Amino acid sequence: MIPIDPNASPSALLELIYRLKVKDIMTSGVKTAEPSTQLREIQRIMRENKVSGVPILDEGRLVGMISVDDIIRALDQGYIDSPAGVHMSRQLVALEDDMPVSFAISSFEKYRYGRFPVINKQRTLVGIVTSRDVTSGLLLEMNRTLEEMERTLNAQSAPVPVGQVKRVFIVQQFDYENAGRASTELKKILNDRGVERPLQRRAAVASYELEMNLVNHSLGGRLIFHIDEERVVIEAIDKGPGIPDLEKAMTEGFSTANDWIRSLGFGAGMGLPNTKRVADEFDIQSTVGKGTQVKAVIFLKAGTAP
Amino acid sequence: MTVADLEHRLGCTPLIPYQDTPLVGAYTSDMLSDVMAHAPEDSVLVTLQAHKNTVACASLAGIKALVLAGQREAPPDMLEAAKAEGIAVFASPMRQFELSWRIADLLGL
Repeated sequence: MIPIDPNASPSALLELIYRLKVKDIMTSGVKTAEPSTQLREIQRIMRENKVSGVPILDEGRLVGMISVDDIIRALDQGYIDSPAGVHMSRQLVALEDDMPVSFAISSFEKYRYGRFPVINKQRTLVGIVTSRDVTSGLLLEMNRTLEEMERTLNAQSAPVPVGQVKRVFIVQQFDYENAGRASTELKKILNDRGVERPLQRRAAVASYELEMNLVNHSLGGRLIFHIDEERVVIEAIDKGPGIPDLEKAMTEGFSTANDWIRSLGFGAGMGLPNTKRVADEFDIQSTVGKGTQVKAVIFLKAGTAP
Repeated sequence: MTVADLEHRLGCTPLIPYQDTPLVGAYTSDMLSDVMAHAPEDSVLVTLQAHKNTVACASLAGIKALVLAGQREAPPDMLEAAKAEGIAVFASPMRQFELSWRIADLLGL
């Protein structure tokens, strides 16, 4: 039983159980059996997959369900070697994957089954829902909602007292999995400190371009942020290969990126020019065979710019 | 316009549950540097770049929704990232030009 009344609960909870769909909380990749499968075999499927119900499919069509109760009864009454088709529950109530979770909750209340098979519009079995799926699905979603509320509340409260912050991120070549993580972190720090959005954006642009340069072009390096009340200093220091012609590298549209990097939406030849454009101070040093150091500074207070 | 208009008025398919927030601008591009440099905040991005890095870029640029033109499929890690960042992701069979002018219409541009 799920102790939620879909007719009389707080509106935030109601909104949630109507917004969440059965497919968001169901377990997919369900183990199934056929009417000819022996109950003993189904018991093995339950044990090995740690499930308490196995849908029975006849040529792909859902025709019944064997629950752990059916297995216990079979063991008790000595027919564990007979086929599932004879003993399965045939009066099936299936849920559709697009139904709201509120439907699932009412169905558990109404039918008192431990689980429901889930079908899609084409009436194909796509998953199974237990009351445990419902509660953990709801918990996860509530967690997410609370996190969001917390974030909104934090954004409204006074900015974190300003001090100096230094962060160092190691950035690997071609690590598109983590690309952008350092810059996202920088933007969050600035947001938490109550920095105005346009300044956050400029810092994010500079940081992201330098981060992506490390990912796309360097042999790996570090992205370093120094933040205080007056400025954000972003440094990108890499281990090579170094830039042979800095003037070309600073020209909009010039890029040494290969087709593969370009196919990901990088390599437009805008990275360094973009960084320079958004920065109040910009400096680049490079030695072929050694590496490149870029420094971009963004002033956070009017009047601190020289 | 709001994020929900993409679903209800343009028929785009939401690929993850989304928060309905106002949209005040839009941008169309496949070059992420270009997006970073020029996309307005609180906007929708029309793009072909269906991968995780587009989400990172959108998050940094303050973009609230992505529309994948030409019914491009989004990889699961992209959708996970978008959920985590609170960015809506839609797919549409329309091409970038058509999506762009229809969104401009909704924005009253």
